[in-house]
Amino acid sequence: MTDLYTEGAPIVDEKVPPGPIEQRWEKRRLGAKLVNPANRRKLSVIIVGTGLAGGSAAATLGEAGYQVTSFCYQDSPRRAHSIAAQGGINAAKDYRNDGDSTYRLFHDTVKGGDFRSRESNVYRLAEVSGEIIDQCVAQGVPFAREYGGFLDNRSFGGVQVARTFYARGQTGQQLLLGAYQALERQVAAGTVEMHTRHEMLDLIVVDGKARGVVVRDMTTGEVATHFADAVVLASGGYSNAFFLSTNAMMCNVTATWRAHRKGALFANPCFTQIHPTCIPVSSEYQSKLTLMSESLRNDGRIWVPTRVGDDRDPREIPEDERDYYLERIYPAYGNLVPRDVASRAAKAVCDEGRGVGPTGLGVYLDFADAIERMGQRAIEDKYGNLFDMYKEITGENPYAVPMRIFPAEHYTMGGLWVDYDLQATISGLFVIGEANFSDHGANRLGANALMQALADGYFVLPATISDYLASGPFEPVDDTHPAAKDATDAVSDRINTLLAIDGDRTVDSFHKELGSILWDHCGLERTRAGLEQAIAMVRALKEEFWRNVKVTGENEELNQTLERAGRVADFFELGELMCIDALHRDESCGSHFRTESRTEDGEALRDDSQFAYVAAWEFGGAEPNQPVLHKEALHYEYVELNQRSYK
Amino acid sequence: MNITLRVWRQKNSQDKGRMVTYGVDDVSPDLSFLEMLDLLNERLTLAGDDPIAFDHDCREGICGACSLVIDGIAHGPEAAIATCQLHLRSFSDGDVIDVEPWRAQPFPVIRDLIVNREALDRIIQAGGFVSAPTGAAPEANTVLVPKNQADLAFDAAACIGCGACVAACPNGSAMLFTGAKIAHLGRLPQGQPERDSRALAMIAAHDDEGFGACTQIGECTAVCPKGIPLDVISRFDRDVLSALIRGEN
Repeated sequence: MTDLYTEGAPIVDEKVPPGPIEQRWEKRRLGAKLVNPANRRKLSVIIVGTGLAGGSAAATLGEAGYQVTSFCYQDSPRRAHSIAAQGGINAAKDYRNDGDSTYRLFHDTVKGGDFRSRESNVYRLAEVSGEIIDQCVAQGVPFAREYGGFLDNRSFGGVQVARTFYARGQTGQQLLLGAYQALERQVAAGTVEMHTRHEMLDLIVVDGKARGVVVRDMTTGEVATHFADAVVLASGGYSNAFFLSTNAMMCNVTATWRAHRKGALFANPCFTQIHPTCIPVSSEYQSKLTLMSESLRNDGRIWVPTRVGDDRDPREIPEDERDYYLERIYPAYGNLVPRDVASRAAKAVCDEGRGVGPTGLGVYLDFADAIERMGQRAIEDKYGNLFDMYKEITGENPYAVPMRIFPAEHYTMGGLWVDYDLQATISGLFVIGEANFSDHGANRLGANALMQALADGYFVLPATISDYLASGPFEPVDDTHPAAKDATDAVSDRINTLLAIDGDRTVDSFHKELGSILWDHCGLERTRAGLEQAIAMVRALKEEFWRNVKVTGENEELNQTLERAGRVADFFELGELMCIDALHRDESCGSHFRTESRTEDGEALRDDSQFAYVAAWEFGGAEPNQPVLHKEALHYEYVELNQRSYK
Repeated sequence: MNITLRVWRQKNSQDKGRMVTYGVDDVSPDLSFLEMLDLLNERLTLAGDDPIAFDHDCREGICGACSLVIDGIAHGPEAAIATCQLHLRSFSDGDVIDVEPWRAQPFPVIRDLIVNREALDRIIQAGGFVSAPTGAAPEANTVLVPKNQADLAFDAAACIGCGACVAACPNGSAMLFTGAKIAHLGRLPQGQPERDSRALAMIAAHDDEGFGACTQIGECTAVCPKGIPLDVISRFDRDVLSALIRGEN
């Protein structure tokens, strides 16, 4: 294993102020330098991605008066994948008077992340959570309301309070439209210049500072450079490394991976979340998996038949021959255990041969009790669009027959390493939202992703980036700078190489094979032998890709095959690092379950004496890739390190 | 099942374009329509042909990227879904299916089945927002919103901005799209201060982009994947009229 990576110097987050945790964010804000309003228009920021993080950041920095240039690969910023988030957004408002507080949200998130996140970051997240709801309501986000006109809340996995705000099953869509509309307002005001159908293909680093990006116009193929005083990546997660995931088809790791290759450390790549409530795979041509919001677990009961091979219609299986296994094993949290726990439990009952549906890879999510208790009308009100979606995909009516669900890759907690200011290890490069690693540790709690993306974009980044921008003025940079020229040439060379291979296999066939290697060996359960095998398989497949992929057409046109080829090429390098990270972390924590490291009753067993750190990887060259591990030690002063228990 | 597709192929915005016939044999009725196109594209690629370009992303009916006219109907024969949610079980073995891009003057074809829909973003830029700078918001429960108002606002806000309403309208009107935003924000207390200016700015932007007028045909709401009701347009008209009257006073 030692030949797979080397270990470098430890890394420290130097931006977090000392002192009581509830004063740190205020101290940092007071310590941050400001830019006066007249000077802001002389400073420029590039933002890549227009989801909740990138959209809210672009709108807010535009309002502040900076010159913002924003890029997205979609044909409109409104289509970023945040739009598909269903369930809700957490905030410690305590509107339900059920004992919620900033401290409790902080505590739940640190515990839910299985003690692999930073206390300071998580506390700040909980602190600003309430302001996010205020902001979104002011924008006209139509959150669910009580009859008295007050905001409604519901409960989500891994917590015992109701702190989740929601807009039917389309919370992500409504929050994103709020950010998108704020962004378009700034486009109209001239503070934000928007480039749609543009993909970032490289980062331009000048004298150690991030100063620009190389982008490809996806309509014409033109490769161009853009420069600014700081660069913000808000390009989302890398779940599509698995090919089948709940992410949109074009979600990719290229922006962050290219920054990683330019020197930004990539943290905890093996922490990827598998969501327990997705519609099971039905065919080999399946292109993506569809999530059914976790909020369904509030009212649905999860079960499988007690007997192996019981293939009766679920409605004919009597109560005493059903195993409501989450309620049985975890009586305190029942169907609302965290995602990693629920996913592994589903796999375990399927491994026993008690899985349901044509493939045997599924469990029931049953609403019969809830419909009897509240009436079908109430269930329609709460989950109508999710039930409709299920029916369209499967052809089955979930009001009459229990849904079938199975875990699927959904979210990535890993991402570029950032300090408390959300700045990467390259000066002037900021990373926000799912693209960074910062707040969720080894497992993200439901409804915390939207909260983190908007916390970063509306409140955290605007405060911290001003401290960096105030250190200007910055030397002007243009196309003639060698760093810009080198980056552009490298992008063009890579495109030309991909087009020239003219092999026998399609891009998708490589992507599917990579995805199945990662799912089998770096998915729900990981073993030493499996990971070692996976690394060898990914390397061999990557070698074949660069020799045998077929990319039709040319660069100077809209060429979707070429776009995908570039993304898959980066997924190979990332996939290898995910496996190396998973192999080196010889413990189980949160989403990362090493079969060798478990408690007597089969739960994830952490090893805090050896692994209470963030694994931040430095790029170690493409051939052979021998990354360098930098450890950031994690300290817990407020939440007691203990074995997570949801029983 | 075996399907014959007649697909609009157009190399770029200058190309004239034409329908091309492809056979797709031996596909499962459980495939989605777009997965069938994926499969066809895999076969075309291996044969050295250019795959068919089409917009798509989330494949769960919420991002609004997919945009195919299937047998003359925007988003295909099933009601209240986007193209990506359509499955082959809605068709029969041996069917011949026409696949075309959105057709409207403000949506020029970029390639094959992909059109440029930036005109819709420009309508939003004109006034489809509440001017609420970050940090200025009062505590969220300060302003109460009756549940039925919030629900009606949500119904209009559910628009995914796909543009099917425009593609279906004989006039090429985007009044359902624009009216949905007017209704969403106009139903909420937060949207009141800019209600008049929003209506006037958005109707002007709509017309400037070259979208046609609404003559209450209703094709738009029939193809809308989110079932946005036609009355958002009447509401829009009323807001425009009220704003004009108030403006004169």
